Amino acid sequence: MSSIAKKKGFGSTLWDYLTTVDHKKIAVMYLAAGGLFFVIGGIEAMLIRIQLAKPDNDFVSAGLFNEIITMHGTTMIFLAAMPILFGFMNAVMPLQIGARDVAFPFLNSLGFWLFLFGGIFLNLSWFMGGAPDAGWTSYASLSLASPGHGIDFYALGLQIAGAGTYIGGINFLVTIINMRAPGMTYMRMPLFTWTTFVASALILFAFPPLTVGIFFLILDRMFGANFFDHTMGGNTIIWEHLFWIFGHPEVYILILPAFGIFSEIFALFARKRLFGYSSMVFATVLIGFLGFMVWAHHMFTVGLGPTANAIFAVATMAIAVPTGMKIFNWLLTIWGGSIKVTTPMLYALAFIPSFVAGGVTGIMQAAAPLDYQLHDSYFIVAHFHYVIVGGVVLAILAAVHLYWPLMFNQMLSEKLGKWTFWFFFIGFHLTFFIQHFLGLMGMPRRVFTFGANQGWDLFNLISSIGAAFMAVGVVILVVNIIITVVKNVPVGNDPWEDGRTLEWAIPQPVPFYNFKQTPLVRGLDTFWIEKMEGNKEGMTYAEPLSDIHMPNGSIIPIVMTIGLFIGAFGALYNGEKDWAIPVLVLGLAITFGAMAVRSLKDDHGFHIHKEDLMNDEGGK
Amino acid sequence: MSHDAQVYVRSQTEFEYIKQKRKKDMRNQVTSFAIMIFLTLIAFTAVAAGFSVYLIVPVILLLAAVQVVLQLYYFMHMSEENHQVAAFFLYSAVMLAFTFVLTFLTIVWWG
Repeated sequence: MSSIAKKKGFGSTLWDYLTTVDHKKIAVMYLAAGGLFFVIGGIEAMLIRIQLAKPDNDFVSAGLFNEIITMHGTTMIFLAAMPILFGFMNAVMPLQIGARDVAFPFLNSLGFWLFLFGGIFLNLSWFMGGAPDAGWTSYASLSLASPGHGIDFYALGLQIAGAGTYIGGINFLVTIINMRAPGMTYMRMPLFTWTTFVASALILFAFPPLTVGIFFLILDRMFGANFFDHTMGGNTIIWEHLFWIFGHPEVYILILPAFGIFSEIFALFARKRLFGYSSMVFATVLIGFLGFMVWAHHMFTVGLGPTANAIFAVATMAIAVPTGMKIFNWLLTIWGGSIKVTTPMLYALAFIPSFVAGGVTGIMQAAAPLDYQLHDSYFIVAHFHYVIVGGVVLAILAAVHLYWPLMFNQMLSEKLGKWTFWFFFIGFHLTFFIQHFLGLMGMPRRVFTFGANQGWDLFNLISSIGAAFMAVGVVILVVNIIITVVKNVPVGNDPWEDGRTLEWAIPQPVPFYNFKQTPLVRGLDTFWIEKMEGNKEGMTYAEPLSDIHMPNGSIIPIVMTIGLFIGAFGALYNGEKDWAIPVLVLGLAITFGAMAVRSLKDDHGFHIHKEDLMNDEGGK
Repeated sequence: MSHDAQVYVRSQTEFEYIKQKRKKDMRNQVTSFAIMIFLTLIAFTAVAAGFSVYLIVPVILLLAAVQVVLQLYYFMHMSEENHQVAAFFLYSAVMLAFTFVLTFLTIVWWG
């Protein structure tokens, strides 16, 4: 039997996705799951804006409002933005460096399932006695005092999802270090690969503090420890430090891949080499380093003392320098280019002023004395939505349009894409620009309502109308996706016609083994070089056609994850239900049993034979 | 293994070289292991002898630092070639951990 032939049918397709270790299929699953959580988080945002649309509103109660804002933040950061970016990293990065797959395909699948089940666990809290309600930061004194199981769902869910992210980060690091095609030196890597690399390094260093902090929280809440309880000799500030040692690098984990996506878009649609490539790489690495030195700027008002505040204020302002370098490099990339204003390019052009606005308010908050005024007001809300929506979400929406043909061999409608863009872009500024002024007028963040005599009515109403615009934009995007998938018109490789990097050189649909022969990389923008030299195929090969070694799929990752998922319920109900400890033990037993099977049972994968490869015209 | 893969046979000289290198590695490992046991003995002796705490603590910390370096370079193979990336990440982590601990000491516990 041919080593490439595949079964068809719903059951086998489902089984294929449950057991897949192919980075391209895992990317699709990340995108789908992340997209689902993005919609859930978006619905929560709509509920917030409906509640705040008019004064003294009773659309939701104060307690439910707290749950909604907590879940909105947690879902958007951990379950939407990061997984969607992971999806693009999985889909694009291995192709960009000419790799066969990621370094550890099995772990790649494990990482995805951990994220998904962590996210499901977190969201089950809605149906099992109430969601977490202490904000996405879950500051310890507040979260320890929170009744019910909401915070327990938060802690256990994030622990599971966080493990998945951590595994994914390590996987990307090893892939980029070890699996680059011949000739792909570090300084020839496309910017999206570079930002994936640095973001993964940040994951490597930032997630352990979060894991430690959440373990302390789990022990405090479910197993009677007192790490954060000052009456028992603990210290509540330690949570804040641990959370922000993770939390600040986390925002760079989000924004750096966004920078990478925009760097690709600017070069592609300005049809020019990226201006200042090496300074872009330098700035990316520098932002990564500085990102670890600034966490206490989230805690200026805690009372760290003037010396600490001054040090962290200066370090924070320093980050503006490499970020500014990037902004100017992007502008100079466009300058003199032969610009095509496609949907992804529209997002990229809109990103520059939006993100700069968010960056400028960030520098304002970096000044510690001013931060005492701005702290916990809507000014902060406006700031971080400007950088996250104006940076990360615009990048995600741009990448959906840009990489859709790469991932699915179909083109999203440009016309509907532009409608999405204008609704989203106008709605975004309408929603958040005015929130700066609400903050300056004294409106605190996280309040569930306000009085009619406080003068905040009109601005809040405008903000809510803007949110509705964004929702319309997202609905148009969903419609666009449905229409495109139903029509299913194949577009072939290099659909934007100006692809510069290796991922656009691969035949469509991408064969499951990626490149038949590993490409030889002859410079930055290697596909572009080949095109300019008239190479019709788009690639020079580094090796003769030979057998390809592939990993086997495996159901073990999902079994391991389900074990942790079951065990988490045991931990959650510890000390309350008799079955809690047995369930915890059962869950962990399933996980460790699956790990043992994985360790003891050899799986050498399989080979695709040369003869089959020669007959395979790419695809399927 | 794929059926057209080539099998590489080592020459006698290469074989001798590798043998010699392995011998040297082994000697290094045993030596560093002995040094580490010796350092541990010093640490235990210092405590058992009842010296002042202000002497014992810095001495033990110093010995610990030496042991970590020996561990990394001889047992975890960082002394060998092509470990620059691992070393880079390791020293980055050390630097970050140092910053975090310093901050905790100065503004959480002492401040």
